[in-house]
Amino acid sequence: MGRDIRPPLSGSLMIMTDAPRRTALDATHRALGATMTDFAGWDMPLRYASERDEHNAVRTRAGLFDLSHMGEITITGPQAGELLDYALVGRLSAVGVGRARYTMICQEDGGILDDLIVYRLADHEYMVVANASNAQVVLDALTARAPGFDAEVRDDRDAYALIAVQGPESSGILKSVTDADLDGLKYYAGLPGTVAGVSALIARTGYTGEDGFELFVRPADAVTVWEALTEAGKGAGLIPCGLSCRDTLRLEAGMPLYGHELSTALTPFDAGLGRVVKFDKPVDFVGRKALEQAAERAETAPPRKLVGLVAQGRRVPRAGYEVVADGSVIGEITSGAPSPTLGKPVAMAYVDAAHAEPGTAGVGVDIRGSHEPYDVVALPFYKRER
Amino acid sequence: MSNPEQLRYSKEHEWLSPAEDGASTVGITAHAANALGDVVYVQLPEVGDTVTAGETCGELESTKSVSDLYAPVTGEVTAVNQDVVDDPALVNSAPFEGGWLFKVRVTDEPGDLLSADEYTAFTAG
Repeated sequence: MGRDIRPPLSGSLMIMTDAPRRTALDATHRALGATMTDFAGWDMPLRYASERDEHNAVRTRAGLFDLSHMGEITITGPQAGELLDYALVGRLSAVGVGRARYTMICQEDGGILDDLIVYRLADHEYMVVANASNAQVVLDALTARAPGFDAEVRDDRDAYALIAVQGPESSGILKSVTDADLDGLKYYAGLPGTVAGVSALIARTGYTGEDGFELFVRPADAVTVWEALTEAGKGAGLIPCGLSCRDTLRLEAGMPLYGHELSTALTPFDAGLGRVVKFDKPVDFVGRKALEQAAERAETAPPRKLVGLVAQGRRVPRAGYEVVADGSVIGEITSGAPSPTLGKPVAMAYVDAAHAEPGTAGVGVDIRGSHEPYDVVALPFYKRER
Repeated sequence: MSNPEQLRYSKEHEWLSPAEDGASTVGITAHAANALGDVVYVQLPEVGDTVTAGETCGELESTKSVSDLYAPVTGEVTAVNQDVVDDPALVNSAPFEGGWLFKVRVTDEPGDLLSADEYTAFTAG
């Protein structure tokens, strides 16, 4: 015991000079006995008890998450949509009011600055939700790209706490504490409503591979909403869930995590997510030229491809471990963990195109000097039944 | 979970039982198991191996981390717990009992093993 070879959530840590920030639910987490962790400058719950139990609760019943570290940026003004069409790779002006999109913000060279969810709240108002570790970068980039547009970029990171309820029981639980029409709320849609008597933006989004909701509320109302959902979920098996199970849930669902599958060294096409880039929008956008070349390269001569790996044995691959075949390094693990749903270790990895086809034989992972056999599979590892 | 009085403890969070039939049992403490989170893989020394106090003799993997297992004493391994290899969750559910790791015939031990009270104070900080 003693030496941790990898810190928790390695790769997502940043060098901190200040004490970590605490969310509006900090005292609640401590009262629940949470193990806390520094995540992108925030002191966040890693797990409350068993991360495996938390994972399974979200897959089979419901889990409650504090995601207040996520970075909200509001864009307002008559040309808010036009600004986002220019600044992001998606076509946000075509998104209907009350709907959301998964999209990305890229550099001029096509490198990914962050992946985002953008909600269109009104004709002239959008909310961009960035990863905590990138929120400042995204804010700076949007601000730098705004001149010339009749639109305002507003830092709303402190304006919201974010509480998620995820899992097959989440709809029933949330219904009992809201007047909003959840049955009319589609996946990737959001509407203003009231939860436990307080104002909330209710979105049907998540990062778990399950049905679920994300509730943006005022920080002062966060405890009220958390406690109401805890109470409402008691009979349905809802439990509080930390970032550890959030990571295994998104990994099983094949969802990328910035700093692992996504980085400034990769374009959306390199990451297999070229579909988020909308070349057909009739305007120029940051990165267009480089991304057109990246699309061509991914089509004709992809350097490496993102694949799923499933262990034949029980040793767990971690981010940064080498993928090997015939004694040569053919790729690198970006995320790896024991999968509670599959009952064995799984990983995402970038591997040479020659070894990327599902079923490719002879692929292994170098786990601290020992080559362990792995099966190449198509992502995701888990898909819920609808 | 309190630390059993009859055991002694290393600063690397292993526990060591009094010798029984010439061999002492080794495991990791509840404090360590809790810090690791759900243990999913355990690699142990083999029967007949010689382990050396303060040196690594195996590893424990949890969802989020990998940790080395250090031998708290020097000696020959006389048994390993196959149950914990098959079901690593035993380390979390019963660290001082069913989650024991291996038995060792002690030939030498360092002078700095802790009593239960000393270990409790050591981990309180």
